[in-house]
Amino acid sequence: MAVELDVFVGNTTIMDEEVYQLWLDGYTVNDAVRARMEGGVLDEFDATADVLLSDTMDQYRTFQMCERLLHSPAKLANQLLFQIPPHRQTMLIERYYAFDDVFVREVLGKKLSKGTKKDLDDISAKTGVTLKSCRRQFDNFKRIFKVVEELKGPLVENIRQHFLLSDKLARDYAAIVFFANNRFETGKKKLQYITFQDFAFCAGQLINNWTVGAVGEGLCKTKNNMVEDMDVDLDKEFLQELKELKVLITDKDLLDQHKSLVCTALRGKTKAFNEMEANFKNLSRGLVNIATKLTNTKDVRDFFIDLVEKFIEPCRSDRWTAADVKLYLTHYTNSAHILDTFKHQVVWDRYMGVIKSCIFKMYHD
Amino acid sequence: MPGKLKAKIVAGRHLPVMDRASDLTDAFVEVKFGNTTFKTDVCPKSLNPQWNSEWFKFEVDDEDLQDEPLQITVLDHDTYSANDAIGKVYIDIDPLLCTEAASIISGWFPIYDTIHGIRGEINVLVKVELFNDLNRFRQSSCGVKFFCTTSIPYSYRAVMVHGFVEELVVNEDPEYQWIDRIRTPRASNEARQRLISLMSGELQRKIGLKVLEMGGNAVVGYLQCFDLEGESGLVVRAIGTACTLEKFSSGSASITCPHPSTAPPSNACNSPKDGKELVFGEELPLSSGPPTPFRALPSSSSSPPPFSPSKPCSRQSSSSDTDLSLTPKTGMGSGGSAGKEAGPLKTLLRQQTQTTLEQREFPFFTLTSFPPGFLVHVGGVVSARSVKLLDRIHNPDEPETRDAWWEEIRQEIKSHAKALGCHAVVGYSENTSICEEVCILSASGTAAILNPRYMREGCLDVGSIDHRFDDPSPPNCGFCHIPYDELNMPFPAQLAYCYQCRRQKVPDVLFTTIDLPAEAAVTGKGCLIQARLCRLKKKAQGEVNATAISNLLPFMEYELHTQLMNKLKLRSMNALFGLHIQISVGENMLLGLASATGVYLTALPAPGGIQIAGKTPGDLNNEQHVAAIQKRINDAIAKNKELYQINPPELTDEGVGSPIPEPRQRSRIFRSHSESSDELSELDLSHGKKDAFVLEIDDTDAVEDIHSLLTDAPPPAGFHSCSTETMPGIYNWTSGIQMFTSVRVLRLNNTNLTNQGLNKIFTDLCENLLKSFYFKLRSTVPCCLCHLNFTVAVPEEELVQVSVTAVAMTFDKDQNQEKPPEKATTKGGSETEDQLQFPLELSADSSSTSPQPSKISVSSLEHCSPLPEGRSRSLCSSRSFGVGSVTMVKMTPLSFLPGTRIIKYLGIINMFFIRETTSLREEGGVSGFLHSFIAEVFAMVRAHVAALGGNAVVSYSMKDCVLMENPNKNQAQCLINVSGDAVICVRETDQEQTTNTGQTCGTIDGAT
Repeated sequence: MAVELDVFVGNTTIMDEEVYQLWLDGYTVNDAVRARMEGGVLDEFDATADVLLSDTMDQYRTFQMCERLLHSPAKLANQLLFQIPPHRQTMLIERYYAFDDVFVREVLGKKLSKGTKKDLDDISAKTGVTLKSCRRQFDNFKRIFKVVEELKGPLVENIRQHFLLSDKLARDYAAIVFFANNRFETGKKKLQYITFQDFAFCAGQLINNWTVGAVGEGLCKTKNNMVEDMDVDLDKEFLQELKELKVLITDKDLLDQHKSLVCTALRGKTKAFNEMEANFKNLSRGLVNIATKLTNTKDVRDFFIDLVEKFIEPCRSDRWTAADVKLYLTHYTNSAHILDTFKHQVVWDRYMGVIKSCIFKMYHD
Repeated sequence: MPGKLKAKIVAGRHLPVMDRASDLTDAFVEVKFGNTTFKTDVCPKSLNPQWNSEWFKFEVDDEDLQDEPLQITVLDHDTYSANDAIGKVYIDIDPLLCTEAASIISGWFPIYDTIHGIRGEINVLVKVELFNDLNRFRQSSCGVKFFCTTSIPYSYRAVMVHGFVEELVVNEDPEYQWIDRIRTPRASNEARQRLISLMSGELQRKIGLKVLEMGGNAVVGYLQCFDLEGESGLVVRAIGTACTLEKFSSGSASITCPHPSTAPPSNACNSPKDGKELVFGEELPLSSGPPTPFRALPSSSSSPPPFSPSKPCSRQSSSSDTDLSLTPKTGMGSGGSAGKEAGPLKTLLRQQTQTTLEQREFPFFTLTSFPPGFLVHVGGVVSARSVKLLDRIHNPDEPETRDAWWEEIRQEIKSHAKALGCHAVVGYSENTSICEEVCILSASGTAAILNPRYMREGCLDVGSIDHRFDDPSPPNCGFCHIPYDELNMPFPAQLAYCYQCRRQKVPDVLFTTIDLPAEAAVTGKGCLIQARLCRLKKKAQGEVNATAISNLLPFMEYELHTQLMNKLKLRSMNALFGLHIQISVGENMLLGLASATGVYLTALPAPGGIQIAGKTPGDLNNEQHVAAIQKRINDAIAKNKELYQINPPELTDEGVGSPIPEPRQRSRIFRSHSESSDELSELDLSHGKKDAFVLEIDDTDAVEDIHSLLTDAPPPAGFHSCSTETMPGIYNWTSGIQMFTSVRVLRLNNTNLTNQGLNKIFTDLCENLLKSFYFKLRSTVPCCLCHLNFTVAVPEEELVQVSVTAVAMTFDKDQNQEKPPEKATTKGGSETEDQLQFPLELSADSSSTSPQPSKISVSSLEHCSPLPEGRSRSLCSSRSFGVGSVTMVKMTPLSFLPGTRIIKYLGIINMFFIRETTSLREEGGVSGFLHSFIAEVFAMVRAHVAALGGNAVVSYSMKDCVLMENPNKNQAQCLINVSGDAVICVRETDQEQTTNTGQTCGTIDGAT
């Protein structure tokens, strides 16, 4: 005697959030049943394992049928096959597109290609996220990347509208798309301590300040309607202008003047003053060199590793506190305005604003 | 040229990719009606094409309008090869032919392909212009309204109930035609879908004609079924109750409709005032002369050997235990006498009614709930079965054989009813079970006496209102009183004086197929009671097989009945409502499943307990065993009493009813006995008064019975379940509903199964299904699973299939102990509720027999006036649904939606779909295949309802779900037939209720 067929279909589609999560997490039906039993569903409700198995199978089938629709969430709202109340639709989409930070950290900045997909086995083993779940998350990244790649307009807004995601999730995806597009290096050992949320914050800063879209509409129009990919690619003109900052380290007078201005401002305000004074030229060279090299795609990729190597590591070895870093960078940025021969104030602010907030975010253990 | 059909194809969306190269589709649409076809332009390279076509106009006969569906085919244009079909939409335009139903069909329809399922959606507009006076065209019956609902629909009142209408049409099944060997499965499936659509259109038209002939304008309780007889053909048949309905004006409808959320378990009670007008038509139907005496039916007349015995179902035969008729009547129920003074009166009434009713060929009613006062007495369940051998239908135009078969069965039912002293059968239904060439035809209903006054007066006259109050029996217990003669009882029963009115006799148990009448007083809550049975039979062919089945049937009926009785007693209840017994035939077994809602009717005596008797009283071991079982049973009864809150009022004068002279009837396993018997005297039952049930455990059968009795688990806390529309004892429904369909198929691998083994498997299957439902719906507690409708089938030799469609409805737990007393004041808008307050009071005070309730309800309803215009306008505006997003369409097997009011019936939904796959594994096996098919069927029903402008389907049912699979070939095919009433319902808001109440009160005051 065996159950040949067993289905339960509700007019309003019945979906258990707990089972949905297990499905998203890539549990097999049997594992899900086990997990649910351990979760105590049976204790709350007098039922046998058979009942649980039957329910889990039904739900899994439903989710599988829904998955096609979840790939283009707008369809979920006007499809006729499943009757799902709007708030449940929102839940389904939001959960489907949710991802594990540990997983995304692994693929951040990598090319979303078949090659990477092959590495998912290793990532799965490393992160403990099931392969099935890895695939779903990876495919989500790829799908969103592909859709927004062809769209004009602000990145976050595009993602939110096309995939009906919450603002937070849309911003995270914008970061992922941005990283994938610019292929930022995030996998080096030195960068391991930086979390996805740190990177997402930095991406937000870059998108909001360094891309074409960030400059504002008035500026865009003057620049030959270069609106395509305005949020995804860095503003090339701006990168060119960054080269002008080189004067800060090549002009010896300027460098000394800058140093003395910063040191005057810092004196007595921090215990790390001596180290700051000693390292000023090094650190300043580091930051300005990063700026001047950003026209090379290769150096863009190394942006974060450079930040860590050229600035964060030296500071850390000198045991600067986060407050020290903040203090230093604030004065470092502001003092440049007082330099009478330094003409590139606007570019400097645009550059340092982002660098400052990125370093603040990244400066932790 | 009586009609012009216009269709416009607007757009498509979510189309499948038909051109792999471009990942796009070049779609166009063919619109076909009858033999005329129109095409749209090709919309190149789009998955969301915008055709925005002109209006395609079809000039057609209204006969065709009724029969034919509008057929819309979406295709992919291909320059070099044949165009590929994407899928089809069939639109039944019947709802547009009725002025009171929908006026336009407009909306998104799923594009359906029998191989691929739903493939995108198409937006279509359909209109109909009818030119002439329709009544002049006798071949068509446009304008006759059809309702699946088995009660008088909301916002209508029955001016007349004309009676039974039936029709059947037969045809060759395209699947079995020679051409099927050379055409594709898709073509074959589509031919079948189209044929069945045509046949049901034709059937509906023919029934409509009969209704018009009778002078009616509507069919209520319309039940259409398909018999897939395989080689021998395809039968579509339908039964219904012809009525003349009149719509309330929109304002008054809102007043007279009960609020289902609060109304007690009836839905037929919505129009109490029209009781006086609810009259049987004088112009009597077709039947010429007196009905054929059933005994004279020549049992050997029809060409296939009729195994239905024309055994006279006399009183003796049904009461004796050895002489079981092959088509046994399950006449349970009231025994009895019409007391002293009531006796002659009753005879008189019967004579009066006979004049009108007996002239009818079949005084049958497919309704299951009735306006108050309609039902006078209920006799008990009558059923008839007959086994037939199918052979090819030679001439589809003259389906005489099938007609004759049903005629025979109906005659038998009629005679059973007569034997119970009843002149009518209510809650009537018919069904079949087919396996290869053997077919079991079944019919069942509830024998009843209907109000003679309605029949006698024929047409409404004003004076009749006053007469109603002279009615001898108070309305709330009258239906329990026995309709038959006490001295000449049709079967053994114990009679007692009614526990409510104390005047007339009632039986100890009452079985019915109808819903619990609104006025009935119930103690405690009800529950689902099921009897399940499997019987093996030898594989055989032809007549031998049919004979074997015929021989098994009576035993099965008998055992199902015994099980029901035992389970009823175990729950301390005394009546069954909504009883449905299904017997299904397979190659090597018969399955029987009886479902009903058990209740404790206050008017009936308290049920005795169950006594266990050992076979050999001397044996000490045995004695202990018996005592142990007895204790378990007693404990179970006590627990059930508590669970279902059955605390009947203690009656001091219990001995009032004189002992009824009755020969002691013994039955094989149980017997009812009225005297204390010697050998059982030591087993003192706490509940066992004079009428304990005795179970002798002298054979394995009985042991098995007891086990199955005790293994039925009660629903978990917070859940209730019933097979009727609503649960007796729960009145405060909230608006949450969840309709579901579940199908489970078991494969019996073990070839050496015994009857007991099979029974256990079958019982477990049903119990596990229920447990599954409870678990899945655990988040909706407190709730009640209503209308639990189980269908069993034996699709293949070792397969057992159970399909269930039911609805989970939430209710307010805090108030479920009793009907809230303040309800009458807060919701005075519904007079039925006022009336329903009385049964409770009466049951508490059994001495008073007050006819007042009906007086109140009539007077108040008489004067209710339509609401001001402004209000009805606001109702209309509230049903304009948001454009863009998909309309939520609620579905329920019940005739109402709690918390809402039905303001318009848009027409009947009757759809038939076939789905086939040749990639079963890829679709997730049979479960995956059926799961998506059921979801697709729901989606298509919802889309059609939404396109009609509706937002709900009531009285929904899945009549057929036939699944055939061949996993080895990776193939499966499934046929599903669903039906229901598309409606517009509006939410009852507090705002509306208060204004409603105020206005109602105002008008009543003003008028009186």
